[in-house]
Amino acid sequence: MSEPLVIVGQGMAAARLADELSARALGRYAIVVIGAEPFRAYNRVLLSSVLAGEIAAADIELKPSQWWEGRGVTNLYGSPVAGVDRNAKTVRLESGLELPYSKLVFATGSHPIRLPRPGMDLQGVMTFRTMGDVDAMLREAALGRRAAVIGGGLLGLEAAYGLAKAGVKVTLIHVVDRLMERQLDASAARLLAEAMRTKGVEVMLEAETDFIVGTDRAEGVALKNGIQIEADLVVCAVGVRPNADLARAAGLAVNRGIVVDDAMATSDADIFALGECAEHRGVAYGLVEPAYEQAKVLARRLTGDSRAAFAGSTLATNLKIAGVALFSAGDFNDAGREAIVFEDPAAGVYKKLVIEAGRLVGAVLFGDAVDGLWYQDLIRSGASIESIRDTLAFGQAASSLSEAA
Amino acid sequence: MNTLAETRLGRAAVRTICPYCGVGCGVLASPDGAGGAAIEGDEAHPSNFGRLCSKGSALGETLGLETRQLYPVVRGARATWDAALDHVASNIGRIIAEHGPDAVAFYLSGQLLTEDYYVANKLMKGFIGSANVDTNSRLCMSSSVAGHKRAFGSDTVPGCYEDLDEADLLVLTGSNAAWCHPVLFQRMAKAQERRGARLVTIDPRRTATSEAASLHLSVAPGRDGTLFSGLLVQLADRGHVDETFVNSHTEGFTEALARARQIAPTIAATAAAARLSERDVEEFFDLWISTERVVTLYSQGVNQSSQGADKVSAILNCHLAAGRIGREGMGPFSLTGQPNAMGGREVGGLANQLAAHMGFSPADIDRVRRFWNAPNMAVREGLKAVDLFEAIGRGEVKALWVIGTNPAVSLPDVNRVRAALGKLELFVVSENVRSNDTLRAGAHVILPAAAWGEKDGTVTNSERRISRQRPFLPLPGEARPDWWAVAQAARRLGFAGFEFNNVSEIFAEHAALSGFENDGARDFDISGLADLKPRDYDSLAPAQWPVRRGEASGRRRLFSDGLFYTASGKARFIPIDPPRLAEATSDRFPFLLNTGRLRDQWHTMTRTGLSPRLGGHSAEPCLSIHPDDAASAGLKDGHLARVASAEGAAIFRVQVTGTQQRGEVFAPIHWSHETSSDSCVGALVHRCVDPESGQPDAKATPVALAPVEMRRAGFVLARRRAALPAQSYWAWQAIEGGFTARVETDAPDEEWVDALRGLGPREASALSLRDTGQGVFRSGLIFNDRLVAASFLAAQTPPSDWTVLREAFADERLDPAARRSLLSGRRASGMPDEGPNVCACFGVARGRIEAAIEAGCNDVASIGKSLKAGSNCGSCIPELKRMLALRRPVMA
Repeated sequence: MSEPLVIVGQGMAAARLADELSARALGRYAIVVIGAEPFRAYNRVLLSSVLAGEIAAADIELKPSQWWEGRGVTNLYGSPVAGVDRNAKTVRLESGLELPYSKLVFATGSHPIRLPRPGMDLQGVMTFRTMGDVDAMLREAALGRRAAVIGGGLLGLEAAYGLAKAGVKVTLIHVVDRLMERQLDASAARLLAEAMRTKGVEVMLEAETDFIVGTDRAEGVALKNGIQIEADLVVCAVGVRPNADLARAAGLAVNRGIVVDDAMATSDADIFALGECAEHRGVAYGLVEPAYEQAKVLARRLTGDSRAAFAGSTLATNLKIAGVALFSAGDFNDAGREAIVFEDPAAGVYKKLVIEAGRLVGAVLFGDAVDGLWYQDLIRSGASIESIRDTLAFGQAASSLSEAA
Repeated sequence: MNTLAETRLGRAAVRTICPYCGVGCGVLASPDGAGGAAIEGDEAHPSNFGRLCSKGSALGETLGLETRQLYPVVRGARATWDAALDHVASNIGRIIAEHGPDAVAFYLSGQLLTEDYYVANKLMKGFIGSANVDTNSRLCMSSSVAGHKRAFGSDTVPGCYEDLDEADLLVLTGSNAAWCHPVLFQRMAKAQERRGARLVTIDPRRTATSEAASLHLSVAPGRDGTLFSGLLVQLADRGHVDETFVNSHTEGFTEALARARQIAPTIAATAAAARLSERDVEEFFDLWISTERVVTLYSQGVNQSSQGADKVSAILNCHLAAGRIGREGMGPFSLTGQPNAMGGREVGGLANQLAAHMGFSPADIDRVRRFWNAPNMAVREGLKAVDLFEAIGRGEVKALWVIGTNPAVSLPDVNRVRAALGKLELFVVSENVRSNDTLRAGAHVILPAAAWGEKDGTVTNSERRISRQRPFLPLPGEARPDWWAVAQAARRLGFAGFEFNNVSEIFAEHAALSGFENDGARDFDISGLADLKPRDYDSLAPAQWPVRRGEASGRRRLFSDGLFYTASGKARFIPIDPPRLAEATSDRFPFLLNTGRLRDQWHTMTRTGLSPRLGGHSAEPCLSIHPDDAASAGLKDGHLARVASAEGAAIFRVQVTGTQQRGEVFAPIHWSHETSSDSCVGALVHRCVDPESGQPDAKATPVALAPVEMRRAGFVLARRRAALPAQSYWAWQAIEGGFTARVETDAPDEEWVDALRGLGPREASALSLRDTGQGVFRSGLIFNDRLVAASFLAAQTPPSDWTVLREAFADERLDPAARRSLLSGRRASGMPDEGPNVCACFGVARGRIEAAIEAGCNDVASIGKSLKAGSNCGSCIPELKRMLALRRPVMA
C-alpha cells in the first residue's frame, strides 16, 4: 500500500515535486496536493504576461486535470489548510476534512508584503501575487484608472509594465535611487529606468511612500518629500515574506522561512519544505529556479536516494522586463576589482563582467543576455578566463573562435 | 599641341602637368563630372612619355573638396572677397606708410604657377618697393641657383633629360631619385639597360636608388665636396683636364685646383675624409674620369647644406675641367624638387633675384623699372626665408602674405617660426586647404586658392621645359587663382599695371620682359612666346627655354658654344671652402639627423595624405637608425623615440635598419601637427644656412635620442582627421573611406571618449568596451548605421590584425551582428548569429527555436522536449507561442 504524502500548497514547486516523484516512483506515494487558490497549479511567472495581455489566463495552467489524474494525484484546490497535527500526523482542512500523512511537504510560497503605512487598507490598494490579484487589476484597468505601483523590484516592474500595456497610466515609486538594486548595478538600473519610461511608465526614484490618500477608496500616494501622486489603483509590490504560518503553528523551527537542511527536511524528520517558504542555510529563495532544484533533491530523497542534497543556488537573475533581457549573477560589485564593461546605449546594451585573479566572479547584462548562462557557468566553475579575456564580453561564440585561433 | 586628348581608355581628357616634383610629367585628366577625374600619363609629353609615379597616379584621389577652404575669412569670420582684399590692401598700405616697404613680405611656393609668381614678384619688387619676396624654393634649390650663377653667370641647367638617355655614367649625389623623381629614375634605369650605362650613388644612406647602383658610396655627411675635390685633383693629375676648353672658356681653374688639393690631395686622403674605402673612391674616380658621357645629378643632399653652394661648385668644377658640359649625354644636372621651382626662379621669385634672371645691378633695376613703369623699385636684395622669419620674430617685418606653402611645417626650427607668425600685424594666407599648421599659426586673412585641376598657367621643370598646367575642373565655391588675388590687392593699393584679364596676358608680359633689352645677354629669354594669342597660349606645346624671338622652338642644351653669361663670357671655377659640418655632434647631441622625402608622400601631405593608396607605403613617421645606435640609445624597433635637438623635439617610430650609417639617423619631412601629434621634423632642424644661398642645412642637425614608453597603444579610425588627446603619440594615414592613426597614449579614457565624440556628428551614438585590468578602451562611433570613428587602445600591443575594423569602416552599413561584434575586432561572420535568447533558463536563442519549428516542432511541449526551451520557468512560453503561430502553415 502506498504511503500517504501530502503537499500543502499548489504552486510551481508543488507541481514540480509531484512531477518528479511520479516520474521516479509512480505509485510509491499516495499524493495529495492541497491549494488555497481556486485554481489548479499555474505558472506564477506568467502572471505579468497575463496582466500585459500577452497570454490568456487559461493558458498558464501548469498541468491539466488529466495529468494529475493520470499520476494518481489527488488535487484539492480552493481548500485552505487549517492546521497540522504532528502527533497524529494529520492535516486538517478548513472544510473540516482531515488527511493523514506519512510524509508532509510545505510548499506554501510567500505572502506579499504590505507597507505598514496608513491607508493600505483602502479600496483600490492591492498586491501582485495571485491570479486573483491580476483579475482585480485588470478589472480596475478596464475602468481607466490611474495607477501607482510601489516597489521597483521585479514584481513592481512587472506590475507597472503589465498595467501600462493594459492602457493604464502608471507611476512607479521606488524608495532607493535605482531599480532592482539587488540584481542590477547602477548603470544597468539606469538603463532599465529609461526602458520603463519609453514603455510609458513614469519612474520616481528615492520616493518613500508616506501614506495612501483617500477616505474609502485610494485617491493617491503621498510621498515623504511632499509630492502627491494621483492614483485610484495602488499596487504594493515591495516584496514577499515566506509563508510559514502553518509550520510555525505546528511548532517547527522557523526563522524567516521554514528552516530546512540539505535534504529539505524541517526540524521534524517526516516534514519537508521547499520553494519560497523554505529557508535553507539562511536563504529563502524567491525565484523558481532554486525551487525546481529543491524539488528534484526532495524527490530523490523521498524515493530513497540518501545522497541527494541541495547545496544552495548561485544567485542569478535571468529574465525579461519590459521586453528587455536582464541577467545578473555572482558578485558584480566592481569596487577594487577589474571589470570589463561593454556599452552600446543606442542599441540598449550594457554588460559588466567583474574579474578577480583572472576569474569571472560576477556579471550584469542588460539588453543582450544571450551569454548569461555561459557567464554563470564560468562564475560557478571558477575557470581562468585569461585566454579568452579579449573576447569575453562578446560571448561564448566569439571566445571559442578566439581560443581556436 | 592639342589641349584635349583621348586617353588610352578612350576618355576625353585635358592635357596638363603633374603638380608634384620637378620632373614635370604630362598628365591626362578625364573629369568624371562629379568633381573627380581619372588620371593617366600623357604619352605625348616629352618628359615622361606616358609614365607616372605612384603619387601622380593617385592624383585622382586627392581632388575631393572635403578639406578645401572655399570662401575668404577675415579674423575668423567668413568675408566677401571684396572685404578680404580691402582688409589686405588697406593694412599693407598702412604698414608701408608707417614702417616703410621692407616691413612687408611675401612668402611664395615652388608650386605656384609662373603667372601667379610673376604678379606677386612684380607687385613687391616694382610697386611696394621691397625685395622681400622669398619662396619655399629657398629650402630646395637656392644652393643650385647660387652655384649656377657664380659658375655660369646665370641660373642655368645646361642639359636635358635626353642626356640621361645618352649617358654612359650616371652619378647621383644627394639624390634618392628612385623615390623623389621616380619617372626620371626609371628613364635612367632604361639607359642602364639599353646602353649598359653605369649608375653610381653617393649618399650617406643606402636607399632604393642605391640598390640599383653598381657602386654606392656612403659618403660622410657634408663630405660630397671632399669627394668632388678629390675628383678634380685626379682629373688634373691623370691629365684628363680638357685644356682647350679650360683655357678658352673658363677662368679660375688654378685657384680652384689648389684649393681642391688642400682638401683632397690624394685618393687616400679623400677616402679618409669622406669615410670611404680607397677602393671605392678609386673605382668612382676611374669611372668618372674614363667615361666621357657622364651626367652628375644632384638634389637636396647637395643643396640643403650649410655648404650647399660649394658642393654644387665642386661638381660644376669637375664638369668644367673635363669640358663635359653642354654636350649630348653629359653635364651637371640639378634635379628640382617642386613642379615650378624653375618658373619661380625665372620670374625672380627669390629675394636675391629681381626678375627674369636679372639681379640688383643699377642697370637691371633701371631696365625693369622702365619695363614695368614701376614707381617703387626695390634696389637691393630682400630677406631670404630664414632671415625673413627672423625679422618677423623681431617685429621688423609686420605684414606677411603666404601663398601656397606651409612654412610652419617646412622651415627650420618651426617652433620659432610659429612664435614669430604670432607677432605679425597682418598675416595673410592664400591656401586651398581649410586647415594646416600655417593657418593654425594664427592667419588673420585666409584667401581660398584655386588648386591643381582648377589652376591655369605654366610651370617649368628640371630641364627648363615650360608646360601648360590646364584646368579640368571648375573653380569650387569662391576659390580664385592666386594671381587674381594679388592683382586685386595691387589695384586696391592704387598701382597701375595689374589689369590682367587672364593668364595669357601675364605670360605675354613675362615673356616680353625676358626678352626686353636682352640681345643674348641673359640666358632666360622666352620672347619668342611673347606674342602668343590666348588660343596659342592655351595650346602651347611643352618648350625648353630659351625660346628667343623669331625662334620656332627652344633649346635642349646651353653652353654648347662655350659661351657663358659672366661679364667675361667665361665660366668660373670656384675654390670651395674646406668641407665641414655646420654643427658637430656632441655628448649632448651625439647623432646627426638627416631628413628627406618618402616615396609616396609629398611635402606636408595636404594632398597625398588624402590618398589611401599612398598612405599604405609608410604609414607612420619613422626614425631610421643603425642597429648598434639603437642599442646604445636604448631604442627598440617598432617602439617610439623622442628626438631632440637644440631647437626642439619630436617623436618618431623607431625603424632599425642597416641602411643607416652609425651615428646618423633619418626622419621624413612630411608629418605636421595637422597629421601627427608631434612628428614635425622642422621642429628639430637647426637654423644653419649656406652663407651664399641662404638655403637651410636640413641634412645634418645634431640630435639626442631617448626611448618613449607610453602606457597604452592602439589605433584610431575616423572619417576625418583631428587632433587626438594630449599625452599621446598619433599619426594619421589615409585609408579606404577615411583615415587611421596608430596611437600610443598616456591619456585617460575620458579624454579618448571626448576625442572620439569629436570625430563624428553630435547625433552619433557611441559604443565602448573597457577592461580596467588590461587598460583596454575600445570605442566605436556610429551614425546612420555607419561606422564613423573607432578607437582600440590597450596596455598590451593590440591585435596587429585589425582588418576587421578596416572592413567595417569601408562598409557603408553595419548590420546589427557586425555592430555587436565590432569592438571584439573579430569578424561577425565567423560567429553564429542566432539572435537574442528566447529561453533565458536554458539559453536557447531565437534562431535555434526557429530551426526546431522548421524541423517539425509544432507546440510548446515539443520545443521543450527538443531544446528544453520553455520547460523551466515558462516565462518564454508566450513568445514561443507567437513564434509557432507565425510559422504555422496556412491551410489552403
